[in-house]
Amino acid sequence: MRFQLTADQRALRDGVRDVVARIFGREALWNAVDRGGGLDRGWWRELGAAGFFSLRLSEAEGGVGLGVPEAVLVFEEAGRALLPGPLVATHLAAGVVPGAATGEVVVTAVGGGGLVEWLEEADVVVGEVRGAVALRSVDPLTPLHRVPGADPSAGLDDLFVLLTAAEQLGTAVRACEAAVQHARTREQFGRPVGAFQAVKHLCAELLVRVEVARAAVYAAAVTVDPVDIAAARLLADEAAVRGARDCLQVHGGMGFTWEADVHLCLKRAWVRAERGGSITESEDLLARELLIEAG
Amino acid sequence: MDLSYTPAEEEFRARLREWLAKVLPSLPPKPSPDDWPGRRAYDLGWQRMLYDAGYADVHWDASPTTRLIFLEETEKAGAPYVGANFVGLLHAGPTIAAEGSAGQRARWLPPILRGEEIWCQGFSEPEAGSDLASLRTRARRDGDAYVVTGSKIWTSHAEVADWCELLVRTDAQAPKHRGISWLAMPMDAPGVTVRPLRTLAGSTEFAEVFLDEVRVPVANRVGEENDGWRVTMVTLSFERGTAFVGEVVACRRVLGEIAREARANGRWDDSGVRRRLGRLNAEFRALWRLTQWNVSEGEASGGVPGVGGSVFKLRYSRARQELYDVAAEVLGADALDLERGWVLDRLSSLSYTIAAGTSEIQRNIVGERILGLPKG
Repeated sequence: MRFQLTADQRALRDGVRDVVARIFGREALWNAVDRGGGLDRGWWRELGAAGFFSLRLSEAEGGVGLGVPEAVLVFEEAGRALLPGPLVATHLAAGVVPGAATGEVVVTAVGGGGLVEWLEEADVVVGEVRGAVALRSVDPLTPLHRVPGADPSAGLDDLFVLLTAAEQLGTAVRACEAAVQHARTREQFGRPVGAFQAVKHLCAELLVRVEVARAAVYAAAVTVDPVDIAAARLLADEAAVRGARDCLQVHGGMGFTWEADVHLCLKRAWVRAERGGSITESEDLLARELLIEAG
Repeated sequence: MDLSYTPAEEEFRARLREWLAKVLPSLPPKPSPDDWPGRRAYDLGWQRMLYDAGYADVHWDASPTTRLIFLEETEKAGAPYVGANFVGLLHAGPTIAAEGSAGQRARWLPPILRGEEIWCQGFSEPEAGSDLASLRTRARRDGDAYVVTGSKIWTSHAEVADWCELLVRTDAQAPKHRGISWLAMPMDAPGVTVRPLRTLAGSTEFAEVFLDEVRVPVANRVGEENDGWRVTMVTLSFERGTAFVGEVVACRRVLGEIAREARANGRWDDSGVRRRLGRLNAEFRALWRLTQWNVSEGEASGGVPGVGGSVFKLRYSRARQELYDVAAEVLGADALDLERGWVLDRLSSLSYTIAAGTSEIQRNIVGERILGLPKG
């Protein structure tokens, strides 16, 4: 048992981090916000060229031939960068929908709560979207439609939930890094606010939630067990949503402004938590498993 | 990332399972929590059985993964926990193994492994709990002995211990972290008085220890004089790193029992109760995965657990309390009956966010040593 990243996995993560930072750094993030949420096809194709969507396809199919754990590491980096777009749906469509693997085609899908992201920008939609109604999305970088009467968890396969959890993990990491960075540098009463226990302890809990979620998400990537995935999903949602809120608190008044990144983390985390399907159902699955295991 | 075990590890697991199935039915009944002589005999007896079967030093010599398998299987089989051997096997032993001289290792380690001697921990003091470096118990050098005067508190197993891993101040002038030494004190030395303390759970889990001019040979000092703080940090990293592994397995078992009780008494129909049970299942699954992660990390880095133990302890201590709060919700009015299972455990769980460094101390450690935030 070596439940650690292998050298290849670390290299992959670092490589993806570099690519994502190059094509979607903080400036690009804010340009996208200012553009009002349009999807940049140029860097979508760059993601495709970097193997983002074809990662799990075999080399014979033009893919990279990697597995679910590697996909999870890649989506964690996407979540850390707050990369917008229907990334999970397009990744899952690679090999099924022509052009998805290379990033020529944008694929979206009906997610939990009957939500559809990026419907107007998508070339292909997985699922039934007749009568879809546009929402005024809380997340400036995720345009949303809602399909009335849709089964709240229809079409949600486990990989969709797991890769969404990986994105949540990445966003939780970003929130933790931002909180710590602010706490180290922002001075009040003549010292960095991170020296005050009230602030330091918020940061510590941010990290604790990240590390617990990371262990759960990575383990679920190895086992691909539905109960492990449900657990990973609950903990990753918590790490991202609570993490962004605590990060906002650490930022004080600055955290409540539009110009701070924090709200982008929180809003995306909210969207993904809904997209992952009903939380109650995940909790119920985990509760029922206790009885099955106990016999 | 790999969660599978090697053939050698699987073979170890199978052999251990078989041995446990053979010996556990012949164990005497567990003594009551307040029967200290009984507990001493029971816990030492179990250690002796482990020794005879070749498992005694699994905490020291085996690979971290093998140790993980040992803790998982013994807990699943309902085998006794380390009990009163806790300090010897998990604190003093590893510390002496890492920091002691050849003579000290030969004197103290075999009796721990053979189940002959019990150790207790003399770290905390009435005026210095989590602020360990403020301890005041002083040791004055007199020929080939230290003369020790002061008092210790929260000393688990003191009533039945043969030895105490004792922190004393050997240089009152030095900065507070610098003037401390680590001594092995025989508990039957003249001047040692043990007064049991009663916990809020009604049991006598630990004691106050008064030291009045107790002579401890200088030869019993582990590490250099005034270097006891560093030696202690070695001990504490063991405490936070590996001490709770078996308990996570136990908590998962208890959670299953609570779920079954809920189904039996109708509380299962309350979706709020079901949701809390589901969340706790996620929690303990994740804590088990974090354990596997930390063990793998320790294996890669050569053994001594890192500060990641603080991350684990923060979350685990809270989860354990939530576990027994859910048990109480499932039990309803029975949660007020001390005769019912889980009620004493619920009371005991209150110590988890305090013992072995409070959650507040752990958050400081995480904030300062992992995240690099400035000291307050």
